Amino acid sequence: MALELFLDGDPIADTKAPTDVPIGERWSERKFRGKLVNPANRRKLTIIVVGTGLAGGSAAATLAEAGYHVKSFWFQDSPRRAHSIAAQGGINAAKNYRNDGDSVHRLFYDTVKGGDFRSRENNVHRLAEISTQIIDQCVAQGVPFAREYGGLLDNRSFGGAQVSRTFYARGQTGQQLLIGAYQAFERQVAAGTIETHSRTEMLDLVVVDGKARGIVVRDLVNGEVTTHLGDAVVLGTGGYSNVFYLSTNAKGSNTTATWRAHKRGALFANPSYTQIHPTCIPVSGDYQSKLTLMSESLRNDGRVWVPKERGDSRAPEDIPEDERDYYLERKYPAFGNLVPRDIASRQAKNVCDEGRGVGPNGLGVYLDFTEAIQRLGRKAVEAKYGNLFDMYARITGEDPYASGMRIYPAVHYTMGGLWVDYDLQSTIPGLFVIGEANFSDHGANRLGASALMQGLADGYFVLPNTITDYLAAGPFEKVPADHPAVVEAEAGVHAQVEKFLSINGSRTVASFHRELGKLVWDYCGMERSAESLRKALDRIPEIRKEFWTDVKVAGTATDFNQNLEHAARVADFIELAELMCIDALHREESCGGHFRVESQTPEGEALRDDENFAYVAAWGWTPEGEPPILHKEALEYEYVHLAQRSYK
Amino acid sequence: MGGVATVTTQQAGPRKAPKTGRFSSSVFKKSVMAVSGIIFVLYLIAHMVGNLKAFAGADTFNHYSEFLRELGEPILPRLTVLTIIRVVLLVAVAAHIWAAVSLWRQAKRARPIGYVTKKRVQQSYASRTMRWGGIILILFIIWHILDLTLGAVNPAGRDSLPYGRLVEGFQNPIVTIWYAVALVVLGFHIRHGVWSATQTLGHSNKRRERALNIFATAFAVVLIGGYLLIPFSVLFGIID
Amino acid sequence: MQLTLRVWRQPSPAVKGKMANYHLTDVSPDMSFLEMLDVLNEQLILSGEEPVAFDHDCREGICGSCGLMINGIAHGPEQTTTCQLHMRSFSDGDTIDIEPWRSGGFPVIKDLVVDRSAFDRIISAGGFISAPTGTAPDAHATPVPKVDADAAFDAATCIGCGACVAACPNGSAMLFTAAKVTHLGLLPQGQPERDTRVVRMVAQQDAEDFGGCTNIGECSAVCPKGISMETISRLNHDLLGALRAGGVPTS
Ligand SMILES: Cc1cc2nc3c(=O)[nH]c(=O)nc-3n(C[C@H](O)[C@H](O)[C@H](O)COP(=O)(O)OP(=O)(O)OC[C@H]3O[C@@H](n4cnc5c(N)ncnc54)[C@H](O)[C@@H]3O)c2cc1C
Ligand code: HEM
Ligand code: HEM
Ligand code: SF4
Ligand code: F3S
Ligand code: FES
Repeated sequence: MALELFLDGDPIADTKAPTDVPIGERWSERKFRGKLVNPANRRKLTIIVVGTGLAGGSAAATLAEAGYHVKSFWFQDSPRRAHSIAAQGGINAAKNYRNDGDSVHRLFYDTVKGGDFRSRENNVHRLAEISTQIIDQCVAQGVPFAREYGGLLDNRSFGGAQVSRTFYARGQTGQQLLIGAYQAFERQVAAGTIETHSRTEMLDLVVVDGKARGIVVRDLVNGEVTTHLGDAVVLGTGGYSNVFYLSTNAKGSNTTATWRAHKRGALFANPSYTQIHPTCIPVSGDYQSKLTLMSESLRNDGRVWVPKERGDSRAPEDIPEDERDYYLERKYPAFGNLVPRDIASRQAKNVCDEGRGVGPNGLGVYLDFTEAIQRLGRKAVEAKYGNLFDMYARITGEDPYASGMRIYPAVHYTMGGLWVDYDLQSTIPGLFVIGEANFSDHGANRLGASALMQGLADGYFVLPNTITDYLAAGPFEKVPADHPAVVEAEAGVHAQVEKFLSINGSRTVASFHRELGKLVWDYCGMERSAESLRKALDRIPEIRKEFWTDVKVAGTATDFNQNLEHAARVADFIELAELMCIDALHREESCGGHFRVESQTPEGEALRDDENFAYVAAWGWTPEGEPPILHKEALEYEYVHLAQRSYK
Repeated sequence: MGGVATVTTQQAGPRKAPKTGRFSSSVFKKSVMAVSGIIFVLYLIAHMVGNLKAFAGADTFNHYSEFLRELGEPILPRLTVLTIIRVVLLVAVAAHIWAAVSLWRQAKRARPIGYVTKKRVQQSYASRTMRWGGIILILFIIWHILDLTLGAVNPAGRDSLPYGRLVEGFQNPIVTIWYAVALVVLGFHIRHGVWSATQTLGHSNKRRERALNIFATAFAVVLIGGYLLIPFSVLFGIID
Repeated sequence: MQLTLRVWRQPSPAVKGKMANYHLTDVSPDMSFLEMLDVLNEQLILSGEEPVAFDHDCREGICGSCGLMINGIAHGPEQTTTCQLHMRSFSDGDTIDIEPWRSGGFPVIKDLVVDRSAFDRIISAGGFISAPTGTAPDAHATPVPKVDADAAFDAATCIGCGACVAACPNGSAMLFTAAKVTHLGLLPQGQPERDTRVVRMVAQQDAEDFGGCTNIGECSAVCPKGISMETISRLNHDLLGALRAGGVPTS
């Protein structure tokens, strides 16, 4: 099987982490060993940063403060609108302000275990160390975290953690953190150290002499295609959950920047690791354009249940206690409703597959607050979750105080992404990847409140310290505007735009996107089997072909054309979907969010195969029709011992 | 099209330089309106109280008029205090109009193209009529001074005494109605103005907001009610 | 449901726009307003017409991208964002007018899309706390009274959508600017720059062709985050204080 699906490439290794010192010293040791850039030289170095989310925004601000010349690009109208704004629940930090036994080591341990032993110890430990600095930094910027009456910061426990280490800002933590980074960013814009390019989409990477030297972009307002050159390129372009069409991500979230860098030689790691979030508002109709997350924090007080009987269509209020199945509490007495996301999601799917799902199409379970309202009073519940309840009521037209919520899992986060080393550098020298766009810290499953932590750790603290080692050799030789690499990349972008506008077929871009999304969800979603993945792999090339012969794109190349933007994104999603399925098919084990039906314990839990699969799968791109090349990075566990995850 | 970008501007439109003059700040202009507005209001309170002396008869009223002119005597020469009041009012009017016109022009620039359909959600009638209302008020005041201070447009003529001008003027229903209309306009202007001034000077907050609005309405009603008593009392012969 | 839409169509900033009529059938009351426009757009594309351009991204009321004038009210009949407005707020047979935000500070790019970068420039003028990365003391070094923290939070919820400008009869951006001034001005960390911040932000706002505020209150009434008028009072208070203290806007 291996022969036809993919080719084996050379193994790779992350050689930047100084493994000769104990794990707690590796980060400072790496900073010490890396070369520095003289402050006077920084002005002469241009760093291109794509993305203004928590990762890109914080990186651009920090690099600009350090004195580099930063060019920033994003596709929305304002840097403040990056998708990070939507994060609700919170951000982890090992502050141990609650004196409940938390520590850097415990956060490290929980994250490695939560990732189901498919992440790197070195990276995760660094993340846990930096987590405390992030909170300090954000508070200094004026991020209004929740506080207690004494004026000190409040914490809650979140996403399966047994300690209270999550800092939050009502249900809008991502917004507040992003606005903090955005303000730091705008401060540098005023200082003239960041040059901004709004409504500008990166469509290709310029690689010269093996180094990333620039990007080709399209101005989304007037369609102009230009190239921007610099000494290093940083991608903070977010995740690719929208490959599923329906996800909790913003409509514009895409893989285009990372995928095109992949096509230029950057390895793509673990593409099939996607996270399905257990608490989203269920789908209500065919026209549905996206799914809405209901923060996981709701599981702190809400109880998840379905009727014991299949097909019980009574209203939830009319179903007596003893006819309800609180299945999470029943199966996982220790963690109950707070089991990690992958487990909560799959259990919801299981009960719905058994025919016990609720709601119009049977794809939903109840999240019930009756007990919390009795225990805490409606006022307290309102204070904690008011905005989420309002949002639920607005979207569904139902009153969650009276009848609880109906929830169902939805795609939410992608742990996969471009492969990077400890310095966050991809396999193309000079191309750095941060935030959700890289694959680095979450393994096969991301714990709640750790993506915000990672994005900000990368942008504020890691990248600005590691990129210097690369830049110390710069400024690099100037790339002429008519360099063949530039000409070729620009021509490719033009050609693609023209191709789209000339096909003039019979189907809309959105219809292809919906079809692809449903296929990936059905066959490479919460549960995957060799059979389902094979089916998907049969169908995706057909969709790709139909897309390129039958799509209809409206408008012209030289003005604001959202349909054209969407077409380019869907084209990349189709290619990525194929790699996701190959990755999922080759990994014949279950781990975290990747659940292979063939690999489960007798109780139906994910069963890892550490002997054969304790590695990062980093894929090399090959042209259409040729199998991709698999490079393995072996994962070693020195500090957290490999064990079957158990949340019983 | 194409090529390596060399321009280094904020792509979405040129960066606009901030307005640097201290007096060009829209908030400063607003506070000029608020302060001059408050001066008007204080004057109006005093003026209303003075007007009510008409109920005490011609002599008291005329004497009151004379009193105004003699105020401060013998320390100060005749007309000094009144002149000071007049100068302050004139300066306030000039400042108020300057700020109003300047903000009006800014607002016009801020909405070069109007909506095809626009509904109001919360704004009061009073708040929407500040500008045209103000113009009516200025016209009224000019008329009013020509009428009652100078007697130029008053049926009693230039050489009459204030009480006479008052009575002869308001016996004409058209004059009374014109005054009433202007006073209602003034009432609206003040109703919004009082609330607005507290807000502009930074003394409103969530807790006070409701109380302030109620107060502003009550104040405007009492003030205008007080003013309206005179013309209608004359019209209906209560004062003659 | 059946609907008649009257939509502002304007191919580019230079071309004059006009309202165009469209009829839609089979609209579900559970659709969001933007999903209804998606349906319209797919039909337009298939019939060879240009789809209606409108800004949107998160579709859950937090990014501030979306924003339409719906029947003369910013974000439509409910006090929420356009993306969180659902068709159940309308009735069968309705005619719905859809226009872009209108302000000198928000030039139209295409159809219903406007350029709101003026907001970024207002923030850039002073809407921040200077805290370079790595310089921060421990987060617990400065406790913040809960009332202040909560009030700062209320102001910080602004999503920069621009509905306040769109609704204000003066086209003023005061509520947006005031929300930021209030958020940062209430926190101890924001005190050192409090005077310069307000002076510069207001100066930038005036320069961007927004109108001055005359306390009409339309902005707060349509603000999807319910930013209160108190923030404006607070801005005025801070600005007048700063001017008295000798603050002069600088470029
Ligand atoms: C609904 C929701 C709730 C969440 N809640 C939490 C939570 O409570 N806690 C937590 O830790 N995590 C949470 N997450 C996850 C977390 O928000 C994200 O993983 C994280 O914010 C990603 O940040 P980022 O900076 O990597 O990317 P993003 O914020 O997605 O930013 C991407 C940036 O790249 C730009 N961009 C993308 N493609 C291109 C291109 N081709 N050209 C130019 N620019 C481009 C975009 O304009 C944008 O500026 C949540 C996610 C969702 C969807
Ligand atoms: C040309 C004449 C006038 C014009 C155009 C005018 C216009 C305005 C405007 C636009 C405001 C601002 C309203 C607001 O902030 O919401 C205002 C405020 C005010 N005006 Fe006038 N006005 C005029 C004359 C007068 C007169 C004659 C008086 C008094 C009798 C007066 C009293 C006030 C008061 C008290 C305020 C409140 C100040 C404030 O808003 O902060 N105005 N006026
Ligand atoms: C029905 C209501 C009013 C009556 C009966 C009235 C009466 C008078 C009289 C009799 C005078 C002349 C006094 C004198 O010369 O001694 C006068 C002067 C004046 N009134 Fe009124 N007035 C009324 C309303 C107003 C209003 C609403 C305003 C302002 C908005 C106003 C502003 C003035 C001014 C500015 C003067 C000139 C004062 C001066 O001598 O400098 N009046 N009024
Ligand atoms: S103040 Fe309200 S209406 Fe104005 S931009 Fe902010 S959220 Fe939108
Ligand atoms: S509507 Fe406009 S006038 Fe001021 S109070 Fe709001 S900005
Ligand atoms: S699309 Fe993000 S707020 Fe509406």
